[in-house]
Amino acid sequence: MNVDRITEKLNILADAAKYDVSCASSGSDRKNKDKGLGNASNGICHSYTEDGRCVSLLKILLTNHCIFDCAYCVSRKNNDIKRAAFTVQEVVDLTINFYRRNYIEGLFLSSGIFKDADYTMERLIRVAKKLRTEHNFNGYIHLKSIPGASAELMQEAGLYADRLSVNLEMPTEAGLKLLAPDKNRQDMIDPMHFINQAIIQNTEEKKLFKSTPMFAPAGQSTQVIVGATPESDQQVLQSANYFYKNFNLKRVYYSGYVPVLVDKRLPALNTAVPLVRENRLYQADWLMRFYGFHVNEIVDSQNPLLDLDIDPKLSWAIRNMQAFPIDINKADLQLILRVPGIGLLSAQKIVAARKFAKLGWDQLKKIGVAVNRARYFIICKSNEFERRDLTGQNIKQFIMAQSQSKYVRNIQTQLNLF
Amino acid sequence: MNTLVYDGTFEGLLTAVFEIYERKLYPVKLLKGEWRNGALFEEVIPVVTDDARASRVLRGLRKKLSAAGVQRLYISHMAEIVGEDCNVLGFIRHVFDSDQNIEEDYGNRYVMRLSEILKMVRREKHRMEAFVRFQKLNDGTFYAAIEPDFNILPLLIKHFKSRYADQKWMIYDIKRGYGLYYDLHDTQFIEMDFDEINKPVNVVAAYSEDEGIYQNLWKNYFNSVNIASRKNTRLHVRHIPKRYWRHLTEKI
Repeated sequence: MNVDRITEKLNILADAAKYDVSCASSGSDRKNKDKGLGNASNGICHSYTEDGRCVSLLKILLTNHCIFDCAYCVSRKNNDIKRAAFTVQEVVDLTINFYRRNYIEGLFLSSGIFKDADYTMERLIRVAKKLRTEHNFNGYIHLKSIPGASAELMQEAGLYADRLSVNLEMPTEAGLKLLAPDKNRQDMIDPMHFINQAIIQNTEEKKLFKSTPMFAPAGQSTQVIVGATPESDQQVLQSANYFYKNFNLKRVYYSGYVPVLVDKRLPALNTAVPLVRENRLYQADWLMRFYGFHVNEIVDSQNPLLDLDIDPKLSWAIRNMQAFPIDINKADLQLILRVPGIGLLSAQKIVAARKFAKLGWDQLKKIGVAVNRARYFIICKSNEFERRDLTGQNIKQFIMAQSQSKYVRNIQTQLNLF
Repeated sequence: MNTLVYDGTFEGLLTAVFEIYERKLYPVKLLKGEWRNGALFEEVIPVVTDDARASRVLRGLRKKLSAAGVQRLYISHMAEIVGEDCNVLGFIRHVFDSDQNIEEDYGNRYVMRLSEILKMVRREKHRMEAFVRFQKLNDGTFYAAIEPDFNILPLLIKHFKSRYADQKWMIYDIKRGYGLYYDLHDTQFIEMDFDEINKPVNVVAAYSEDEGIYQNLWKNYFNSVNIASRKNTRLHVRHIPKRYWRHLTEKI
């Protein structure tokens, strides 16, 4: 093994892959087969980079050679950077050896597009196949579906991978046309549609024959880049909602655009990464998936942008003061979930605990409720509750005066740069 | 106030519960450790662990709690968190003093505290599943040292045994001086004489040939995936508190 060469390749191809933010390794239920290597179930973050993102998978490109010229991408054809390519065996060896040392949960393999879509997809599949069939590797494998790859290849990929994903890249078709003229949105949607159908079919077959092989048991996900094009949060979230509903996606990832290239279509190089906006989008995403909010409750034509100062649930609450206060000892779980400062687990604990005795402020605090936010919206077993008739704006000011955003420091350091 | 001293085992704890109810010792304080004859603790009552009494209490717990509830209680005690014996005892008393199953009575301080302890223990277990860094030794065994906050090694058996079924491995809790060894068939607890093993010469010589290569590749990978313009040290340290760094290949 030529250590120096492998090291260089790893550096180039990990660096090029890092803008893909997905690192989930959960949602699969692959068991260890015949005393082989590994399994995949709940997902573990084995480390965290200095920017605070989790490292769960060996996330690399097979190659960063690419025939496309997408403006937002470091690996674009016309960018003058070092190029490299792994062989299939090299990726397999790295994966196995990292996995045996408990560095990773598995492999996330993507690639620049060389020659054509099918050729590239076929190579990705070869890595997964080798891991599964020759090394009895049962760890997590996430493969990129290359836009435009044929249905037969997608079918084969699903047999070896736990998760498949196609990146939509831009929230809208217009954005994609502007920045990635070589790419066609339909080419991305076709494989998504195919995988969705195949997963549904596989689930049906599994009900009849238990021995049916797994097909992408961790489903599919996608990613949109935020802040490279002028889409509003409403457009971003509505597009996410559309894909959750119609393609049963497990996750939509929002990637705040990191300026890496000079291009007049893109934000300038010294533009700050929209970290807060990205965070708010994820919060909104959680509200849609776990808290029973409809996308139109979070953003609408009057409020097309998420409030950066406060979280989207609080933002919804102060626009809908007529829904409050609610009685924590009586209200349905669905309503409690809508109270700012009460999370999913706290809400479940409240509903379980109040069967024994009514709950007061101290107990709510112990259970994990952020009382400084929740107190304006609930009553409990106590004479103390908010008696003033406050407007939403008042509440927002009170809450913001009390708490300090964790982003303040970051924002300052970013400003100091220029 | 009565002070009870027991041996730290779960059976010892249950025996103490038996004594408390039988002799109506209340209010009561429970301490772990050896009973010393002296003026320091004047009214200390030593608890002599008794399997028959312990299993009677356990049967009682099983009647009032779900199987998972009993297990959660066991884990909370086994984690050996300093100063929590009284809360565990308080929980058990609440179990026996109520007519119904109180596992979800989070308004009760003992139930809530036990749920907090369990959360801490589970997080530590999960951290170890993430932060164990195996190093390949000459004989093909994969070795890792850990220093978890709580005693969670027994909780790791299931995860590591089903994941690394085809390699010999050992995870050693340096703090508590015992380890877990898997020999391709089963796991067992072991204790080692660490003076011998800790000698730097022995450690380096014991590594397999390619160990250094993969450690370096991993460090390189770790640095390559960082996005400098998103640097967020606070978040980084919150996810990997510094006390874990000394066993993390990528942070050494």
